[in-house]
Amino acid sequence: MKKNKLFENIVHGVFLILGLITVTCVLLITVYLVISGIPAIKEIGLINFLFGKKWAPTAAESQYGILPFILTSVYGTAGAIIIGVPIGFLTAVYLSKVANKKVRAVIESAVNLLAGIPSVVYGFVGMLVLVPAIRKIFDVPDGASLLAAILVLAVMILPSIIKVSITALDSVPKEYEDASLALGATPTETFFKVSVPAAKSGIATAVVLGVGRAIGEAMAVMMVAGNVANMPSLFQSVRFLTTAVASEMAYASHGSLQRQALFSIALVLFLFIMLINATLNFFLKRSKEK
Amino acid sequence: MNKKRKIYVTSMRVLMITATALTVALVLFIVGYVLVNGIPNITWELLSTKPSYLNDRVGILPDILNTIYIVIATLIVVLPLGVGAAIYLTEYAKNKKIVAAIEYAAETLSGIPSIIYGLVGMLIFANNFGTSLLAGALTLVIMNLPTIMRTTQESLKTVPQSYREGAFGLGAGKWRVIRTVVLPGCVDGIITGCILSVGRILGESAALLFTAGIAHNLNDIFTGIVSPGSTLTVALYVYAKEEGEFGVAFAIAAILLILTLLLNLAATLVGKYFEKRRNT
Repeated sequence: MKKNKLFENIVHGVFLILGLITVTCVLLITVYLVISGIPAIKEIGLINFLFGKKWAPTAAESQYGILPFILTSVYGTAGAIIIGVPIGFLTAVYLSKVANKKVRAVIESAVNLLAGIPSVVYGFVGMLVLVPAIRKIFDVPDGASLLAAILVLAVMILPSIIKVSITALDSVPKEYEDASLALGATPTETFFKVSVPAAKSGIATAVVLGVGRAIGEAMAVMMVAGNVANMPSLFQSVRFLTTAVASEMAYASHGSLQRQALFSIALVLFLFIMLINATLNFFLKRSKEK
Repeated sequence: MNKKRKIYVTSMRVLMITATALTVALVLFIVGYVLVNGIPNITWELLSTKPSYLNDRVGILPDILNTIYIVIATLIVVLPLGVGAAIYLTEYAKNKKIVAAIEYAAETLSGIPSIIYGLVGMLIFANNFGTSLLAGALTLVIMNLPTIMRTTQESLKTVPQSYREGAFGLGAGKWRVIRTVVLPGCVDGIITGCILSVGRILGESAALLFTAGIAHNLNDIFTGIVSPGSTLTVALYVYAKEEGEFGVAFAIAAILLILTLLLNLAATLVGKYFEKRRNT
């Protein structure tokens, strides 16, 4: 009997360790990013690093300002949200409330496909279709621009916006809608004035999730944004926080300040993401409490 | 109904339908564009050879094999970890603080962008034992841990409590109950988790660029796993962005799209199959 108990305790211990692996991973990632990100910030100076307008690591007088990357990431994400959220939200209302079962099933599987397409495929299609189209339509020298990145990101966040909003809209109690219909509101009025406000926090979750995806995307953006460290402007080639890391990591030499600064950029990006996660958790908790 | 209301109702309906039509058109356009341009470029020679400058040809066999190796390696490591963590959470954990910490960690992991995984994977794995498929696979393990954990947890919740109580009542120890009652009950969650993970691994590029590298060498699985190599997705990026081989890139994009379609189909079928079995 004693032997049995010992065995059970060992099994319990093994599962505890397995359970704690996720926590260890998060700690490990945080520690590695902080340790490798701090030295460059110390050397460059926090203010110069965050608010410097020029990024020129290989110039004779090298400069390490990442304000262009931060602003590009913020504008790019905001643009993607402004375009992607209304489309995704309206599609979600249609699918959840108006469409019949068959139509909904077909469109939902199409949305699932959209969610599964690898980001490089989006980047590739954007590079061959969107970039030349922007060059022609707006008559600019190069179509690889912030606008192209915004459009690609808007498409990429669409599936998560649609899926999360649908879940939120589906869980609105039928009684609310029935009551509104009984009071003489039309179905469309009911959907937008009763169902949508009732699903508010779920939809907010969808938006925050979209922000997280857009700000973290690297490869698709790398293929369409042109990658020059300009201050953001709609028709100019720009560099995001993610692409700043990805594009120079391959050739920045070991131990150089440039390489260390790339880790600092990753740390800044990580802090952004942690902030978004905290917001996400806030909304998730609120929609659960309801 | 007054005029203002009528306008509101009509315009909202029109907006909804336009948005939905736009979404559908986007999917159709992307799928159509990639398949129409990609499928004619998929040739037997492309699929069965490695790139050679001497013969001036590009082959993607090494990339296909690398993708398979990395999927196998990742799943072998992530499955026990993810399933074990899920079992701990649903069967063992009593301390609410530990549960909250684990769940918060899992949520954080699923929110971290892949480029950061790539960077940390490079620091932890690639810098210690070299840029290799193994370093890439271990990075992907961390990325996919929350997925496997969550799907397993969901299906564990559907195992009726009475089954566990019955087994305990017959005198079985906790481990025995888990092995004979709980684990068989979460097979569907594990399979769904695997399908989702394979999809993520197939689509991943930023996390692999600096951990698994971009080599196209033909290796068997044991040499392959410890040498650098690019998966299909990384190869697509390199061929499209760095080498301007659009034909090859289109072919890979079409292959990836078809695989995504098949995986989605598999996920739906698996879900339906297990739902049916549960209800009968």
